Amino acid sequence: MKWRTILSSKTMGDDEEVKVFGMWASPYSRRVELALKLKGIPYEYIEEDLSNKSALLIQHNPVHQKIPVLVHNGKSIPESLVILEYIDETWRNNPILLSQDPYDRAMARFWAKFIDEKILSTTRKVSFTTGKEQEHAIEEVTEQLKLLENEVKGKAYFGGEGIGYVDIVANFLVFWFGNLQEALGINIFSQHKFPFIFEWIQKQLKIDMVDECRIPKDKHLTYIQTRLAAFKSASK
Amino acid sequence: MAGELVLLDFWPSPFGMRSRIALAEKGIPYEYREEDLRNKSDLLLQMNPVHKKIPVLIHNGKPVCESVIQVQYIDEVWHDKAPLIPSDPYQRAVARFWVDFIDKKIYELGSKIWKTKGEEQANAKKEFIECLKLLEGELGDKTYFGGESLGYVDVALVPFYSWFYAYEKCGDFSIEAECPKMIAWVKRCMQKESVAKSLPDQEKVYEFILQLKKVFGIE
Repeated sequence: MKWRTILSSKTMGDDEEVKVFGMWASPYSRRVELALKLKGIPYEYIEEDLSNKSALLIQHNPVHQKIPVLVHNGKSIPESLVILEYIDETWRNNPILLSQDPYDRAMARFWAKFIDEKILSTTRKVSFTTGKEQEHAIEEVTEQLKLLENEVKGKAYFGGEGIGYVDIVANFLVFWFGNLQEALGINIFSQHKFPFIFEWIQKQLKIDMVDECRIPKDKHLTYIQTRLAAFKSASK
Repeated sequence: MAGELVLLDFWPSPFGMRSRIALAEKGIPYEYREEDLRNKSDLLLQMNPVHKKIPVLIHNGKPVCESVIQVQYIDEVWHDKAPLIPSDPYQRAVARFWVDFIDKKIYELGSKIWKTKGEEQANAKKEFIECLKLLEGELGDKTYFGGESLGYVDVALVPFYSWFYAYEKCGDFSIEAECPKMIAWVKRCMQKESVAKSLPDQEKVYEFILQLKKVFGIE
């Protein structure tokens, strides 16, 4: 089944200007692109070299100086979760990413926060530690992934019947996480251990826009390995 | 719409204070239940199995966890009373950005100020003041971050005022001397009943910190 979004003339005026400052290997950056693609919003993508950030990026995100940043008609919005809600509230065509029901919205925000503050944060520890510390981080992230798996059990998408906010935030599981664990030589994340998440991944892969936001595997593996090597030599 | 509303909380928690203020601003009655964090209730563990933390807002038996999510939930359910979050998508994004900034910086830096000494403490103090100055910049000449009335950012930030005295005593510095605009804003907020009755006394919080320092063996 392929997803289509119909770009209505009311969705986007001719004078609308949307830019995304991003980085090809960042799951935070890819989320924003995925949301825009799903809603059929054309945008200009600016690739940032994180070792040499552009003056424009710093101008649009002076506080954190990080990607992604969405710039809509000159207005800058940093922080991927803030950007996703802005996209959903500004362009009200399908797919609607967050439910109208306050409780469902609270639950979606809870799981998005959990992904960022727990899973992705612990994943960083897995990448940048060794020995016992890494073992402990691996156990921790496995438990966190199990909690997330429970949320998609019995549902077509985290969002219920259609792709939504949490599916977009969880996009890191579709390409990024698998590449990372291969580069690290670990096997936390398998179909055997996480059958429901893997079933969800298969559904995600059938969506054109998700595939368009694919992080190219070989390039990504090389990138991760370079970063890990730099980290190891810096910590000696 | 009100139904049954319970807040599981812990009196010095700045996160719990956020929900207290939001509910008070909107005049929503609720049952406040004090948790002993060394002996968490079955209800808390049942309602927040993932994090096992306060505050938890229980509305008609359904839990809402995480203070920023609670404040947004309260604002959306009781949207006709004292709105906290702007209606314009860009203004909402700006407010969410600053609440995210407060969450990432203020609590952690404040904790370092009372928990550490020497260079680590000095760095934490410096960064803490820098963050408050950035927030002062965002406030500008407005009465509140929300404009003429309390908004989402005000509710997220003002609870930390109850910890300022503790930070100042532990860190040996004056927040008012460095950030007078911030303290002026705090004083305006404290004139509101919803804020004044939701924040504990600063001296009480300082005594609590001293107790914690003893328990953790921090001098």
